[in-house]
Amino acid sequence: MPAVILPQTLDELLDLKAQGHTILAGGTDLFVHMRNKKIQPQTLVCLDQLKDKGLREVADTGDEICIGAAVTHSRLIQNPLVQQHFPVLIQALDTLGSPQIRNMGTLGGNIMTASPAGDSLPPLYVLDAQVELAGKNGSRRMSLSRFITGPGATGLNPEEILYRIWIPKQPSYDLHHFEKVGHRKSLSIAILSMAALIGLTGDRKIRAVRLAWGSLGKTIATSPETEKRLMGTPMDDPAGFILAAARIREEVSPISDVRAGADYRRQVAGNLVLRLCQGPLEPLKQGPGAV
Amino acid sequence: MKLSFTLNHNALTLETEPDRRVIDLLREDLGLTGTKEACGEGECGACTIRVNKELRLACLMIAAQIEGCSIETIEGLAGPDQALHPVQEAFVQAGAVQCGFCTPGMVMAVTDLLEAIPDPDETQIRKALSGNLCRCTGYQKIMDAAQLAAKKENKCLP
Repeated sequence: MPAVILPQTLDELLDLKAQGHTILAGGTDLFVHMRNKKIQPQTLVCLDQLKDKGLREVADTGDEICIGAAVTHSRLIQNPLVQQHFPVLIQALDTLGSPQIRNMGTLGGNIMTASPAGDSLPPLYVLDAQVELAGKNGSRRMSLSRFITGPGATGLNPEEILYRIWIPKQPSYDLHHFEKVGHRKSLSIAILSMAALIGLTGDRKIRAVRLAWGSLGKTIATSPETEKRLMGTPMDDPAGFILAAARIREEVSPISDVRAGADYRRQVAGNLVLRLCQGPLEPLKQGPGAV
Repeated sequence: MKLSFTLNHNALTLETEPDRRVIDLLREDLGLTGTKEACGEGECGACTIRVNKELRLACLMIAAQIEGCSIETIEGLAGPDQALHPVQEAFVQAGAVQCGFCTPGMVMAVTDLLEAIPDPDETQIRKALSGNLCRCTGYQKIMDAAQLAAKKENKCLP
């Protein structure tokens, strides 16, 4: 039976973290792990009475949007700033869990779980998100791709918390796209997921592209060779995408697990690239500075 | 800990362990057995309640998290004269109840949907129910009930 502490201020929270206590955010992963006895914390630090605004708000800071780690997925989906600048993140969060889970789970929690299948992670990778880690001696920022080091493993120091997530606005990408393959639409852990940002020339050829993959490797995978192959491809030219699909199947070395084998994942990765040509992509809503 | 919250529109203060699961607090300590527990890990939606007007899962929350919150359970939907809520009536009329175990969670989800979107289309209903599993009905009658409830609430039906 863990004790429960309800800090009111950020300073109290950082003190408790420095003492080595476990933080309870949305609880949608933590309580499942506790029930399965994978984690047995002696003390839970509950964020619900915390008055700190930084953990809970979404703010426009000019070139970036700053998201508090304790903002729930539902709040992000409803947030006008996120809707305007990061449609790819909205599309991904819309597939995460269920309405109930999205009302409880937080963006910070999804990052700290650091699952290769974490639905928010491929979008945050292509968006070049940075994490702000706060401790009693100040805070530091690092890129998310450097922060996550393995399944369930991050570069967080024991006395730090994940405080905020900073995402640069993306004026140079015209198309945002996320697709997840799972056994069913809701409450399924991804067999494979892909986030894509695409920038187009005036005659709709690809001039910039970012891809990131969930459930493909031990952490979120990127595919620079396939991105290179896609450069210059006209959006309505299947031949270019067929070559890129062949490239991704060579480029990746997928995991095999209980949800799917490596060969299946390799095949599906190519199919998701093909879908970029065929599928309905959501155009980036015009934002300040957007092309 | 001393815990104060609002339960089905009534203010309440009680003494409990801070790590008591909300589902156990409701069912065992307060005798509100309408909220069900099935999977116990957030997959099935049987324990769906509303916390500050948002759907949440009582099996993945502890007492300390609801201090100062407004909690609504299936028991709070009926009117003061114990008349069924229109969504409950619609479930009865559409035959959307078989074993009944998922029903409280389904009714909470439909009630929440209709408060946000009084006249939802089929896609919106399916999305709203996507966190609730039913192993008996095949979902069609639950869909029918949600559509019937929307008509009732929009006063298109007697």
